Amino acid sequence: MATAVDKSRVPWWVSNLIVPLVNLVLALLVSALFIFIAGENPIQAVKLIIYGSFGYLDGFAYTLYYTTNFVFTGLAFAVAFHCRLFNIGGEGQAYIGGLGVFLVAINVSFLPVPIVWLLAIAGAVVFGAAWAFIPAYLQAKRGSHVVITTIMFNFIASSLMVFLLVDVIRDMKQMGPHTVALPKEIWFPTFKEFAALFGIKIRYSPLNISFLLAIAASFFVWFLVWKTKWGYEMRAVGHNTQAAIYAGISPYKNIIIAMCISGGLAGLLGINEILGVHHKIVAGFPAGYGFTGIAVALMGRNHPIGIFPAAFLFGILYQGGSEVTFDMPNITRYMFVAVQGVIILFSGALENLFRPQIESFFVNRLNRKVSV
Amino acid sequence: MVSPILELKNINKSFGHVQANKNINLKITQGTIHGIIGENGAGKSTLMSIVYGLYQADSGSIRVSGKEVKLKSPRDSIESGIGMVHQHFMLVENFTVLENIILGFEGELVFGHKLKKAKENLKNLCDTYKLNIDLDSVISDLSVGFRQRVEILKSLYRGAEIFILDEPTGVLTPQEVDELFKILRSLKEEGKTIVLITHKLNEIMDLTSEVSVMRQGEVVGHTKTSDTNKEKLAEMMVGRSVLLRLNKEDAKLGDVVFKVENLTVKDDLDVTRVKNVSFEIRSGEILGLAGVTGNGQTELLEALSGIRKVESGNIYLNNEKVSDKENLLDPRKLKAKGLAHVPEDRQRMGLVTDFKAYENLIFGYHDQEPYSKSSILRDNDIITYSKKVMEEYDVRPRSPQLITSNFSGGNQQKIILSRELNESPKILLVGQPTRGVDIGAIEFIHQRLIDMRDKGAAILLVSVELDEVLSLSDRILVMFDGNIVGERINKDVTDRELGLLMAGVA
Amino acid sequence: MEFLLDLASLVNSTLRISTPLVFAAMAGIFAERSGVIDFSLEGKMLMAAFVSAVGSYYFGNPWIGLFMAIVMCVSLSMLHGFASVTHKGDQVVSCVAINILIIGLTTALAAAWFGQAGLTPTLTDEQRFLEITLPFADSLREVPIIGLIYSEILSGHYVFVYLGYISVPIVYWVVFKTSFGLRVRAVGENPSAVDTAGINVFAMRYKALAINGVLIAFAGAHLSTAVNANFFREMSAGRGYLALAAMIFGKWHPKTALIACLLFGFTDALQIRLQGVELPVVGEIPVQLIQAIPYVLTVVLLAGFVGKAIAPNAIGQPYIKER
Repeated sequence: MATAVDKSRVPWWVSNLIVPLVNLVLALLVSALFIFIAGENPIQAVKLIIYGSFGYLDGFAYTLYYTTNFVFTGLAFAVAFHCRLFNIGGEGQAYIGGLGVFLVAINVSFLPVPIVWLLAIAGAVVFGAAWAFIPAYLQAKRGSHVVITTIMFNFIASSLMVFLLVDVIRDMKQMGPHTVALPKEIWFPTFKEFAALFGIKIRYSPLNISFLLAIAASFFVWFLVWKTKWGYEMRAVGHNTQAAIYAGISPYKNIIIAMCISGGLAGLLGINEILGVHHKIVAGFPAGYGFTGIAVALMGRNHPIGIFPAAFLFGILYQGGSEVTFDMPNITRYMFVAVQGVIILFSGALENLFRPQIESFFVNRLNRKVSV
Repeated sequence: MVSPILELKNINKSFGHVQANKNINLKITQGTIHGIIGENGAGKSTLMSIVYGLYQADSGSIRVSGKEVKLKSPRDSIESGIGMVHQHFMLVENFTVLENIILGFEGELVFGHKLKKAKENLKNLCDTYKLNIDLDSVISDLSVGFRQRVEILKSLYRGAEIFILDEPTGVLTPQEVDELFKILRSLKEEGKTIVLITHKLNEIMDLTSEVSVMRQGEVVGHTKTSDTNKEKLAEMMVGRSVLLRLNKEDAKLGDVVFKVENLTVKDDLDVTRVKNVSFEIRSGEILGLAGVTGNGQTELLEALSGIRKVESGNIYLNNEKVSDKENLLDPRKLKAKGLAHVPEDRQRMGLVTDFKAYENLIFGYHDQEPYSKSSILRDNDIITYSKKVMEEYDVRPRSPQLITSNFSGGNQQKIILSRELNESPKILLVGQPTRGVDIGAIEFIHQRLIDMRDKGAAILLVSVELDEVLSLSDRILVMFDGNIVGERINKDVTDRELGLLMAGVA
Repeated sequence: MEFLLDLASLVNSTLRISTPLVFAAMAGIFAERSGVIDFSLEGKMLMAAFVSAVGSYYFGNPWIGLFMAIVMCVSLSMLHGFASVTHKGDQVVSCVAINILIIGLTTALAAAWFGQAGLTPTLTDEQRFLEITLPFADSLREVPIIGLIYSEILSGHYVFVYLGYISVPIVYWVVFKTSFGLRVRAVGENPSAVDTAGINVFAMRYKALAINGVLIAFAGAHLSTAVNANFFREMSAGRGYLALAAMIFGKWHPKTALIACLLFGFTDALQIRLQGVELPVVGEIPVQLIQAIPYVLTVVLLAGFVGKAIAPNAIGQPYIKER
């Protein structure tokens, strides 16, 4: 292994842009290999991905719709990660968050629309946070590893929601596991309506103003983690719990706060899916977005500035991916789940694989420039 | 002329800029107990780690019984007949004595008759050396004294002829020390060679026949024990280094603001490390606590700053009892009452090395004005403050935005100091303030402490550097083996005198 | 007699359902005892299920499928080792990555190669493992109690069930009665002690991970070439995590982990029988909630209400030689 270089001489853009980029490229190369093993042409696949996600307006709108979800779940994972907690429970927290959205919205729909929206957002956050609370408490007080407990809570959420959707809150007038639709007035405005203002006709678009909520959430997370005392304490506990205790910071309190905020953010996915897209709870609506959030966060180095582009990249993968699955019979959406896993591997576990070589390369090159 | 059983020739070892061992030449005679004495940082442990194969020397050679050997790993050393009893025991807590000893030397894949033979072998060894160990007992049930015996037995089992013991008595009670000495003597009787690393003079005088003195990485003296005495050794140990006596006025003493009464503290292994310690500090006074590392100072500081439980005793701040057996002090409350603490282990406790410098400069004070208001950090104010403070304390590089791990040890220390001193604490607990800090910065830090004291702060200075204690303190306590063994007003005290106390000589 | 047969059926189900958990728990014990966190049991089990189903199909022989699964799982364990032990990467992240990667890849390849939304072709009798009838099972059936136990419970299981329960004493023996096991345990408790004894810490961890790979492969092969006759997507359904909980609850000890696995198996076997059944007081419990019982049980066990579990001392910490 190359000798580590004097860290203070490594420019920030090398550590935070070049190295992640290299990791991403490696991951994509491995993914191309997977596509090849599946019997399809990787280069053709790439073309389809680019076309599907950018090639036409509807497609691009879809890309942004997916991006919205990934921003929420990516932020969720990142916040917990700053406290050294691996919240794998984004799926379940999003699901239960959605329950919160629906229950609130259906019961207050008589109020003015913006109030309904605000209350629904609150519902999403509270329910999502509540679903993260027990794993948080168990980790803080009993040392139960949050990875296992949050995964279990994903399964439990799934069972619970299916039960509710089949037996309790189902729209009784039909057979499918979903609820009644919310009144049209409180549906989030979509891109279709927005485009119509400009005379552009679109058949249907799931992209809606939740996208703006995602942007707002990004600011919120940035502000919380780096500009408030709570974020400061969370990060201290995450980096060096011993020192945090020395400074009078409570690990227990911060573990619970971090996880609950994380759960709340995941819950916002429910806003997008329920107020923005389906307008009812549909079984399985989290659809793996929670797991993708993990990849997004790791790729984005757990900072909103990185998460947004990473979410966008995954939006491209998803939307472009569905174009691929449409055109290439051998590739299903699960291939892109595999791609996610590879990205997590290279951006997370193996993130330092080539870091020393890359860093020393740039430091030497820059030095050579200076001494000339 | 019998060739020495162990001979080190021109051993050099550096870690980065620090030269831990400089041109070491050492000859150990077979069948003797050979002492290596020196203060902290003298290089003793590094040297022995090289002999045990944990590190490789940068240059030089090692000969065992006349033959040159390459000790690239502990395995090589073990095969050359070298065994080591480390300061921190290398034992697996939940294994039995037997399992710990045979680890790596089982002799068979499936435990069977070799295990039985090992057991017999070990029983014989135990009897020969009167070790009295129950081979089936679990380590976690054993006292520290017995754990050490297990380590000795381990080396015996592996066929060691040379036994290196690194500060073996630090964790033992007086009775256990006597027993250990008995064991070491019987080892010697059987023809084994023992190398005893220690800072305690009485051990040297009691046990050894030859002694080498190390100071700042070099061997500064070698003599037959019978030809020397404690005073001469203490002098060689501590050296005639130039004392930086700062210009300071006499202390203007005020009331007692900090009082410790019959304090007893245990460490993580449940060994009592602070034994019934009492002292008080007045405002405007620097109380220096001298002593070699490992005599209880760390646990004392941890208890006083709320990180470690108090076993018994009381602590008073401004005549208000803040701690007793029941509770850990709350670091936040202590800060609020005007107590600041600069920890000994800056990386583990004093800083979050992944934070930027300005984030560390408010660590522990982050929720106070002016750094934050209604829980929102006021970055501009923090950075302005950081710039000012970094200028004042000459922290280099002068970048508040730089990640703290990029600062040198000395500058990290300055960051911590500036943070704690800036709050103008009434009571300051300081541990090893200039460890790893360059000369210029040392002077600066010392002057700062004097300034604080002149402003009326009460300061407890814990340091293994005798020079530092002597230049700064108004009054000096010496800690040895968990007890305060001496108190002196810092006027005409000699380092030799303190050296003796630090080494456990009354 | 009816009741006894029901009981026997319940016991059989328990044994069969617990089998992959037992293998996984044993695998986990090896890795974690050596100090390496292994949350990727789930993914490896799924991969083994996929590879063994596909391998058995192509080569017409389930043992070849099993062998291929073993090779695959050992490779994955080595990958995890590379990321964690050699590169000192975060062990949890490495596991999460592997799990997600495998969920995606197995389903994607199954769909790509066989075109059925993540199913592999159904294996014929020659291509899979069948239930084994022990000798004299039929004739001994009428013997009171012993005969019943022999012919209804002991006989008639898949080979993996037998292997699984035999593996427990073997694992116990290896871990506690051999020098290899001693070293593995030492590496997980105090790597420095091992290092100063002259043993290579990293090599020990890799060896433990290799065994981990072999054992988990059996778990997956059981699912797709014995109990079922194909692979379907995400068929491991969280068993890897249940096994982890069993292992933690069993304090990383084969015998107690086995009991926890049986508890899970029993709960699951019971849950199937409770579906649609009217219970006193509560009435019929909705099937979805019953299905959640194993997961809830996992959380309860992990919460340590039944005693606090202490992990191997050095777990999750990459070994870095001092200074």
